Amino acid sequence: MASPLTFEIAHLLAGSLVLISFMMLYQDRLFALINVFALHAIVLALSVAWQAYLQGAPHLYVTAMIALLFKGVVIPVGLHRIIQRLGIRRDIETAVSIGPTMLVGIGLVTLSMVLMLRVTPHAGPLAREDLAFALSIILLGLLVMVTRRNAVSQVVGFMSLENGLVLAATGARGMPLVVEISVAFSILIAFIVIGVFLFRIRERFDSVDVGALDDYRGERR
Amino acid sequence: MMAGVAALLWGVAGLLGTTVLAMAISRRTFATRLVYSATLALCFVMFAVAALHLLGGNADDSKLTLPLGLPWIGAHFRLDALAAFFLIVVNFGGAAASLYGLGYGRHEAAPHRVLPFFAAFLAGMNLVVLASDAFSFLLSWEFMSLASWALVIAHHREPSHTRAGFIYLVMASAGTFALLLAFALLAGPAGTYAFSAIRATQPTPLVEAVVLGLMLVGAGSKAGLVPLHVWLPLAHPAAPSHVSALMSGVMTKVAVYAFIRVVFDLMGHPTWWASLVVLFLGALSAVLGILHAMMENDLKRLLAYSTIENIGIIFVSLGLAMAFKANGMPLAAALSLTAALFHILNHSFFKSLLFFGAGAVLTTTGERNMEKLGGLIHRMPLTSFVFLAGCVAISALPPFNGFASEWLTFQAILLSPELHQWGLKVMVPAVGGLLALSAALAVATFVKAFGITFLGRPRSPAAEGAHEVDRFSLTAMLILAVLCLLTGILPGLVIDALSPVTTALIGSRMPVQLAQPWLTTVPIAESRSSYNGLLVFLFITMSASLAVFVIHKLASRAVRRGPAWGCGFPDITPVAQYTGTSFAEPIRRVLGTFAFRARESVEMPPPGSLEPARLRVEMHDLIWEALYQPLVGAVEYATTKLNYLQFLTIRRYLTLVFGYLVFLLLVLAIWP
Repeated sequence: MASPLTFEIAHLLAGSLVLISFMMLYQDRLFALINVFALHAIVLALSVAWQAYLQGAPHLYVTAMIALLFKGVVIPVGLHRIIQRLGIRRDIETAVSIGPTMLVGIGLVTLSMVLMLRVTPHAGPLAREDLAFALSIILLGLLVMVTRRNAVSQVVGFMSLENGLVLAATGARGMPLVVEISVAFSILIAFIVIGVFLFRIRERFDSVDVGALDDYRGERR
Repeated sequence: MMAGVAALLWGVAGLLGTTVLAMAISRRTFATRLVYSATLALCFVMFAVAALHLLGGNADDSKLTLPLGLPWIGAHFRLDALAAFFLIVVNFGGAAASLYGLGYGRHEAAPHRVLPFFAAFLAGMNLVVLASDAFSFLLSWEFMSLASWALVIAHHREPSHTRAGFIYLVMASAGTFALLLAFALLAGPAGTYAFSAIRATQPTPLVEAVVLGLMLVGAGSKAGLVPLHVWLPLAHPAAPSHVSALMSGVMTKVAVYAFIRVVFDLMGHPTWWASLVVLFLGALSAVLGILHAMMENDLKRLLAYSTIENIGIIFVSLGLAMAFKANGMPLAAALSLTAALFHILNHSFFKSLLFFGAGAVLTTTGERNMEKLGGLIHRMPLTSFVFLAGCVAISALPPFNGFASEWLTFQAILLSPELHQWGLKVMVPAVGGLLALSAALAVATFVKAFGITFLGRPRSPAAEGAHEVDRFSLTAMLILAVLCLLTGILPGLVIDALSPVTTALIGSRMPVQLAQPWLTTVPIAESRSSYNGLLVFLFITMSASLAVFVIHKLASRAVRRGPAWGCGFPDITPVAQYTGTSFAEPIRRVLGTFAFRARESVEMPPPGSLEPARLRVEMHDLIWEALYQPLVGAVEYATTKLNYLQFLTIRRYLTLVFGYLVFLLLVLAIWP
């Protein structure tokens, strides 16, 4: 089962997810960011499918399909449409410049590696690596949310964070399908709500920069 | 045996049922009468059950476990000698307050705010004493606190009452929190919440010290131990008078019960230096409490401050008991503990009586300010008489009961040279001196309380229009006054009844008093000292009767007429009388300059002006200013600063969460 090749492939897929998360950090165009996110979701689907094959768990194929369909296709296409219909500016205002963000990202990955390898000495090597990668992806997703001012990119950060959760759950053998479906469903709901929200902000402020909300409240940024 | 505790729990259920009933019918006219009758009957039955348990010589305890509370523990209830004694105090106080309430409650403007909580309050106090695991104990404790809080703010339209309620709530929450930590420490890592399991384990000295400190905060704040007393003079007077009596006379005793239960029963092995702390706080409470009372002109506040003094006396006795127990002197420890318990009983009698009296004055005149009262002895002769009895008792004058218990405390203090540690040898006589000072000040305070309120001439139209109160209130006060006298002249009966408690907690008891000739009280041995309340009473009665007889027989009966002596005042209006403030002035000048930083200043009118000169007195509550104001300031500063967090941008909130998450992960990564 745990032959070197299968292990390396799983490792490769999870590692690529972290790499793609890094790619998100330096995108400064909205469409590019969404495309990278779609790539993220597709690689996640591959990774989950590989886990399904390894563990012989057919329900994980469903998870992979959900990831591919919703996150790889529906949501990116939806976001593209929203951006086109709103006609919002396609460059991203970052709160922190790219260089320091990348450095912080490297620090976060180091932290999650050190932490996960320390707290899971008894788990299998595959699960340990998987968990460490998953934690990195979650932290990087949060970092994307924190460093962007644009509401659309915050949504994307949130979705990539959720990808990290799915990776952790599949690596850990045994998240029930129901949970996965409900998580996917809640993500979809969040997507719809945030989409509607975006339209409303746009109508009122002619911008999806969340800073406009703060100006409206009379607060300093 | 299960019958005792089961009967008591049925009684508690009855009280809770009365609460529900009171909520349903509280707006009807007959509600007051019905509810107080029900609580009177229930309290009386529970009193009888507890008294039977204590006096009936039941060596074995009565236990019961109900499937309530935490599922893996259940709710344990237990009736032992200590619990039985405190149940007697609680339920006797409750019965007296109910009887008084039958009359007093008719003047209540908002009975629906008082009746349900009154019964709930009684139920809560009973449950605290009955509880035998930490969870039920804390739950009952909080129930008791909240019920009494609701009673404090029953008349919430007055701004001072809402402030009192707020301070009480804050102090009660802090106290409960301290108790929670104390029990958590006692339970240990194994989480043994049942008292029987806690009793079986021996905590380390460090844990013991911390638990003692937490108990002093938790029970002390409820009892009114200085410096945690600040809520008491605000909250006790704010409640309706029979509730004030319950809070001052009974609830503070429940707090003392918690202290005794943990320190003497659950931990069991006090160290000698711990007793130093208790002695110091007790003596401080006694002196500061009575000094505050002396300066006070609000009758109910005066009584509340005097409660702080009495709690101080009780804690001094408890500290002595700890010191003697730590030194392996069981006889002396039993004497000290008996003194504490006896004073608890006595204080519940006379403090209830005095609050009832203050309530009677309040109903008929609408005044709590003594400077507007006066001359009530002519209009309320019976109330004045029983109030005088209460004043004599609380001033520790023989032959009343206050003397008997304080005398026992002093007997214990006189045994202090036999202690081994020099710290205690020096401390205990100093504490004795402070107690003597507070006893003397108590006499002065209650001369003032009685003299200004009941003697002289009315200082306001309200006092002039006063009349005697109803029969229920008078009966309740009269019963308490008689009991004050009876326990004073027959202290031996009470001391013997208390022996099961001291036997259980100390392993020793005072000598059997009923075996002594002539009902004499002998604390240790007759060669050292003894007191005979009965003989003192007979002597006072006979000498006073003889004096009256001689004066009336031998003095001339001829009526003589002469000019009234005007005391040097040409204008004899009631304003020219001695006032409460002027009575307290000498003591304020001697002790107040130090204790309250009291300053006097005279404002003279400019020459030629006809305005009166004014004497201003400025006093400071040093504890409030030194301890509580900085605390309040710090909390306000922190909340103002943290208020900034309420108005961050979404991204900043995310950053905060993110930063905190990373921080926690870092801690986890670095943690060894």
